[in-house]
This record gives sequence, structure tokens and C-alpha cells, in this order.
Amino acid sequence: MDAKISPDPHRPVGRTDDIEIRLLLEAIFQKYHYDFRGYAMASVKRRLNQARQKFGCATLSALQDRVLHEPELMTELLSFLTVQVSELFRDPQYFRTLREKVIPHLRTYPSLKVWIAGCSTGEELYSFAILFREEGLESRTLFYATDINPEALKKAEAGIYDLDRLKLFTENHRLSGGKSSLSDYYRTAYGAAVFDKSLRKNCVFSDHSLATDAVFAETHLCSCRNVLIYFDCALQDRAIGLFQSSLIRKGFLGLGAKETLRFSRRSEAFSEFARGERLYQKRDLA
Amino acid sequence: MKKSAIQPQGQTVIQVTGVPKEAIVIGASAGGVEALSAILPHLPADYPIPVMVVIHLPPDRKSLMAELFDAKCAVAVREADDKVPIERSTVYFAPADYHLLVETDRRLSLSSEEPVLFSRPAIDILFETAADAFGPAVTGIVLSGANKDGAAGLKAIYDRGDQVVVQTPDQARAPDMPLAALAAVPQARTLPLEAIADHLLTLHRAEAP
Ligand SMILES: C[S@@+](CC[C@H](N)C(=O)[O-])C[C@H]1O[C@@H](n2cnc3c(N)ncnc32)[C@H](O)[C@@H]1O
Repeated sequence: MDAKISPDPHRPVGRTDDIEIRLLLEAIFQKYHYDFRGYAMASVKRRLNQARQKFGCATLSALQDRVLHEPELMTELLSFLTVQVSELFRDPQYFRTLREKVIPHLRTYPSLKVWIAGCSTGEELYSFAILFREEGLESRTLFYATDINPEALKKAEAGIYDLDRLKLFTENHRLSGGKSSLSDYYRTAYGAAVFDKSLRKNCVFSDHSLATDAVFAETHLCSCRNVLIYFDCALQDRAIGLFQSSLIRKGFLGLGAKETLRFSRRSEAFSEFARGERLYQKRDLA
Repeated sequence: MKKSAIQPQGQTVIQVTGVPKEAIVIGASAGGVEALSAILPHLPADYPIPVMVVIHLPPDRKSLMAELFDAKCAVAVREADDKVPIERSTVYFAPADYHLLVETDRRLSLSSEEPVLFSRPAIDILFETAADAFGPAVTGIVLSGANKDGAAGLKAIYDRGDQVVVQTPDQARAPDMPLAALAAVPQARTLPLEAIADHLLTLHRAEAP
């Protein structure tokens, strides 16, 4: 017996809510070029309905009407459509594995390019910058930190985080095998931690969508964490295809703790490098 | 399309109604490990209906639930990876600190969107998306817990079908969650844990109407 479950025979075609979502996402794409059409719909649906309530619209069609005619609303809607949750050294074991297993390979290159795709408010970028400084690779590395949310990119560039998050960040850094004290990298001002701007001197922050944009550079390592979970399988394949073209032969791809290439059409192009940590290496011939 | 009462192994008479079940979703919180331990190990290795579970845990890095239950159960027990196709004879646990959602193409998605009722994973999100994806072919079960998560989700499942179950509040180590679920869906069946296990075993014997 086929273990897979067949598509739902009870789901009526042409359900109004399905139609409304499709039309709303199409409208957003045509008007603002944000393409959410290939996102995982269960979560998009929830978040669009939260937005609908927040904006006091009775239906998603009414929300569509407003988004089309009030461009300011799109900025706000973007904060519903993208999930901005991050931490410094999120999943410390990932950074520990990078440090112990990937960095030794990266050391063999005279210059390095690292792409942090879906960098959100910058926590992942600062984690990498600190890791690379500790490992003595900072001066030969160029980082690209990209995202589609301009507000998030602005915060990433500012590198200012609430002090109450620093306890967690410090603990994460320690668990990642940090060789220095996290407090070496920020100063406190106005109840916030302001990260040292030297950490981002080798970083280019840029608006880039994994759904609509192309590859822009050849890279040695792509880290794309907790972004693919918001995509459906086809869009995941597109994004993974971008990483595949961007990476040099034997380049590294790192995903979020619960993301996997296992269900991707492109899984063959990569080998598992550190399975537990979802670190992959591009195959020789891919 | 109501079917008549089916007599399970035990004495409890349970109405099995509606369309055959293609998925079971379970939510638990405080006292949940104990409650699940009285249910999941009873499922045979070839139990045909996939089961998705959200259990609230302290927001640790790693949830050991899947490993713990895989060792105790005949069915396969896994922590859900993003976009895993839902398969028969498998129990999926939400990973720590991620919401678990069901897509209409019968895959599971994860999300770190904000907690619901202070919980991530949230039972409500699993239940609501399962109701949306499976319609009347899903049943929901709310077990012991000390909050109100699961009540809204159970109502969403009830509104699309009619198979929902709540652990008898008196028997639950933490009765708040079953009580909240019953307040939201007074028509839900209340069953003690042993009867819930029997109920799951009878579910797949219900024939198509
Ligand atoms: C949950 S955050 C992940 C942050 C960080 N990578 C981490 O793991 O902590 C997801 C980010 O993906 C971004 N994103 C969503 N769709 C995108 C797309 N099509 N292209 C690039 N980034 C995208 C969102 O704006 C958000 O900042």
C-alpha cells in the first residue's frame, strides 16, 4: 500500500477563502512585486486573517481592495506576511559545527564570500561576523546579508537589540564554542545593546527575494535558516537552485534546525555534511 | 451518514460517525506525557491513520518526545521535519519552539510565528490548519493541560465534522485544558484515557458511508 495520503477528496474546489487568498496574493504581486504566491499557505492564511482583523476588513477581498488603493498598507502587511524571529547564535550547535567542521575547509581559501539569505533583523549576520573574527577569517570575508523586508534590513544595519535579549544571546554564544566574551562586541546605551559597527564593515546588506531575484555572486557558504519553512516545495526548490548556482564546487549550505533537502528535487546536488545540523556540501559535479 | 454505535473491546459504547478518519490531531500540556503514554503505545505498528501531536514543553532547545515515544510505541514516532509528506502508521510530534501546521497537499509545515496563548507550538494552530486541510476527515483530541490552548482549534474541527474528544476533566492531572475545550465544544465526547485508546482503534474500522 502506498504510504502517502491522497489529496483530500472532501475539499470542495473553489472554496471562497482559497480564491480570495489567491487573488489577494496575485494583487500584491502585480502591484508591489512581492511574490508570496509560492509560500506555504497554512501559515500565510492565518497571518492574512490576522491582518484582515487588524485592518478591520470583513473579508480578504475587502483587504485586497485596501491594499491595492493604499500603498502605505503594504508596508504594514509585510510585517504580517514575513515572520521576523531571530536570535544571536540561534541553535548554538549549528554554529559550533560551523566552527569545528566547516571553518577548517574555509580556511583553505584566500578569500571568502558568505551569503546570509533571509537575514531578518541581523542576528544571524552578527553571529557569523563574531564567529569569523574569533576564527581569524574576518578580514578575508565578504558577507552578503539579504532579505525582502526593508524594515528588518534597516534594523540589521543598525545592529541594536534590547538588553533583555542579551542573556540568551550570551548563553547561545557560549554554547556555540565562543572564544571571547560577547560583551566585547557591543556597548550598552539607552537600555539597548549596540553592536560594534566594525562587525559589519565587510557586509553588504541588500534587498533580495529568493522568490523573484537571481543569483548575484559566487559564494563559498550560504546560510539560509528558517526561511524555507515559509515556502511550498516548488519555491523551496527555486531557492535551493539559487544556492546551488551561487555556491562554488564543494561550497556549503546551512539550513534551519528543522529544514531539510530530503524532500527537494535538488537534493542530489548536495551531500549531507553534518546531518544533525542540516549542513550540506555541494557535490563536485553539481 | 451517521453510523450506528460500534462496540470496542472495552465496555464503553462509542458513536463513530461521519466520514472515515484520515488524520488524528492531539493536544496536550501539563500531565500530557503521562496521558499520551496511556494512548500511543496501544496503536499497532500498522495503524493506518497518521497522528499529529502538539505537547507544550518548557521552551528548551530540543524536544526528546519523539525519541521517548518511539521507544515505547509500535507505530513510528517522529519529530516533524518541514514539508514532510504525512504518512500512515506514523505519529508526528511538533519540534520544540516551532508551530506545526498541516498544508492542503498533506504535508506538514513549521513556523516560528508568534506564540499563541504563550505557546509555541500551539495546539490551536495545528488543529485549525488540520481542520482546514482535512475537513471532516480529521478528529481532534484534547488531553490534560493547565491552560486554554486547543479549545478554539477543537471548535474549528467540530465545526467541519463531528469527531472530537476531550479527556475526562476529573481524570486529567491538569483539568483546565479539557474544561476549556468542553466550554468551547460542549458536544465533545469526554472519555477517560483507556477509552480514548480504544476509540482510536475503532476509528479506522469505520467504513466509508
Ligand atoms: C524567521 S526569519 C529568519 C531569520 C534568521 N535567518 C534566523 O534563522 O534566525 C525569516 C526571514 O525570511 C525573510 N524572507 C521571507 N521571504 C523571503 C524571500 N522571498 N526572500 C528573502 N527573504 C525572505 C523574512 O523577511 C524574514 O526576515
